[in-house]
Amino acid sequence: MAELSYREAVAAGIAQEMERDPNVVFLGEDVGEAGGVFKATVGLLERFGPKRVRDTPISEEAILGTAMGAAMTGLRPVAEIMFSDFLAVCWDYVANQIAKTRYMTHGQFSFPLVIRTANGGGSRFGAQHSQSVENWAMAVPGIKVVAPSTPADVKGLLAAAIRDPDPVLFFEHKSLYATRGEVPAGEHVESLGTARILRRGEHITIAALAAMVPRSLAAAEILAREHGISATVIDVRSLVPLDTRTLLEETRATGRLFTVEENPRLCGWGAELASIVMEECFYDLDQPVIRITTPHIPLPSTDVLEDAVIPSVERIVQEVRKGVDFR
Amino acid sequence: MTHGSPSAATDELTPQAVRLRIYRMLVETRVCEKRISDLFLQNLVKGTSHLALGQEAVAAGVAAAMEKDDYSFLTFRGHHHVIARGASMKGVLGEMMGRECGLMAGKGGSMHLSDAKLNIMASYAILGSQLAIACGAGWSAQYRGTRQATVAFFGDGTANLGAFHESLNLAAVWKLPVLFICENNLYGEYTATHRVTAVEHPAADRAAGYGLERIVIDGNDADAVYQTARRALAKARAGDGPSLIECLTYRQSGHSRADPAAYRPKGELEEWLERDPLTTYRRRMLELGFDEAQLEQIEIETQQTVDRATEEAKASPPSPVSLAFQDVWADGGIAWRN
Repeated sequence: MAELSYREAVAAGIAQEMERDPNVVFLGEDVGEAGGVFKATVGLLERFGPKRVRDTPISEEAILGTAMGAAMTGLRPVAEIMFSDFLAVCWDYVANQIAKTRYMTHGQFSFPLVIRTANGGGSRFGAQHSQSVENWAMAVPGIKVVAPSTPADVKGLLAAAIRDPDPVLFFEHKSLYATRGEVPAGEHVESLGTARILRRGEHITIAALAAMVPRSLAAAEILAREHGISATVIDVRSLVPLDTRTLLEETRATGRLFTVEENPRLCGWGAELASIVMEECFYDLDQPVIRITTPHIPLPSTDVLEDAVIPSVERIVQEVRKGVDFR
Repeated sequence: MTHGSPSAATDELTPQAVRLRIYRMLVETRVCEKRISDLFLQNLVKGTSHLALGQEAVAAGVAAAMEKDDYSFLTFRGHHHVIARGASMKGVLGEMMGRECGLMAGKGGSMHLSDAKLNIMASYAILGSQLAIACGAGWSAQYRGTRQATVAFFGDGTANLGAFHESLNLAAVWKLPVLFICENNLYGEYTATHRVTAVEHPAADRAAGYGLERIVIDGNDADAVYQTARRALAKARAGDGPSLIECLTYRQSGHSRADPAAYRPKGELEEWLERDPLTTYRRRMLELGFDEAQLEQIEIETQQTVDRATEEAKASPPSPVSLAFQDVWADGGIAWRN
């Protein structure tokens, strides 16, 4: 085991796969010489050279189009879109091209590529550099959607995404880049489509993603210590494929599901999960599913406002206490 | 090169065997497009269809210059390129009619024709996307050290889109082996291109912005297209980067089957029919001493091929419903959960 930061784990995951497979290439804005604006790809250019690690112009359409064309002709590109908000300017390639061309061509082409992007709030960057857009991606058939919460998962899930024969949209969380954690030494590959149970409780089940995972864990500690509410916490990790088996089992076990989502309210990933739970384990529930989300607003910039809207540890505790029904 | 360059009729650069291939492609694309139009009128083709009648010389000239393993990236108006690159007529017609024998078994339709076996890397129906995707194929060939070139076609309207500019810039900076070939057919859907474009030549007049040569050619002259494409392909293979070629041509039918093209000024169509790529090429071949019987033979054979393909496609069963539930993912399935 080695302790790495979440950002170091990004470079470690890419490096592990570039070392293993000469067809893995990496492109994006400022990813090479600058090492990434979040310093998540420091050292890759020096280690693998400019043929495999390519700085691009500020041209998001060209970046994703190029990744797609390279993937369908034998390479395994990893493309970076600097902020997930910028996906909106190249969404055609995600939603129309990369996700659909296999299907439209009756399986003639494969798209083994990864789009990495920095997602989420907490950096006071305002409404165009802070969004959580994982639910946009989840709505498009044909693309896998992953969002890790720990350095170990960054490395392991990124490696899995690069090896996957299908396109993967990989959401790194900006506010987690500085966090540290143990990462298995040597080759580390996780499996896509698996949620992870982080703690088990008897009263409620909390499903969370990315930056909401550590907050949910902290909230679970407080709920147990101060309020006698014992919670299971699940890191969803992958929205597509979705590990419904684990999520349904853990919901049945406590009879109470809370989702903690950073995405704005409408059509957030928790809404889909709530619908699945309704259809498949309604009679095992002891109370309605409760979604704790960012309100349906653009994100404000300044700290006081931003902190007031993204689910915080305090708000998770509060909403669980308010919503939990022990009748 | 400028618009109105002298006829390539006497140019030695097109060998006789190539002229015969080009002529066959011209006839095949013409007869097949007309057949698609007929099948539409018989209500055997569903959805929409964007015919390239009148633009066949671009497809034939470029395809004749390409190597088998070069990549083609096409648009929603791409039937002619698919046929010129040798895709099966039955596959094309079957796709139009939503049959199991279609190139994509009915899952793509008219706007997405592709054949991976022939490196026809799909047809794209969002304008401009194919240009950036072609950059990726070019990068891949460059990375893998092959001599493969990539050819991406687009229309005049696409030259006003962001993807065009992003792709040209990236291709120029990375010296990608990609040909960007504009089929300027004078109309972007229903609107005359000059009414909505800041420059006279929507693609070529932007070439300087990417440090590229300004190339405008007669897109109805298959020889001019062939020779220009050959030079650009040689440049790409030599590692000297992309080319941007604007072919002046004309869409003899409307934008799609829904469009009678009533916006065309009176006499314009007739003027362009005088310069029809097929009849002018035939005339030139006769002037060059080709035996008319040989040309007639090509015409008869093509007619037979298209007739046979039509019957075979009609006889093919409709796409089985099970296909709708396949091939979202590489494992062949559509599952998004366990």
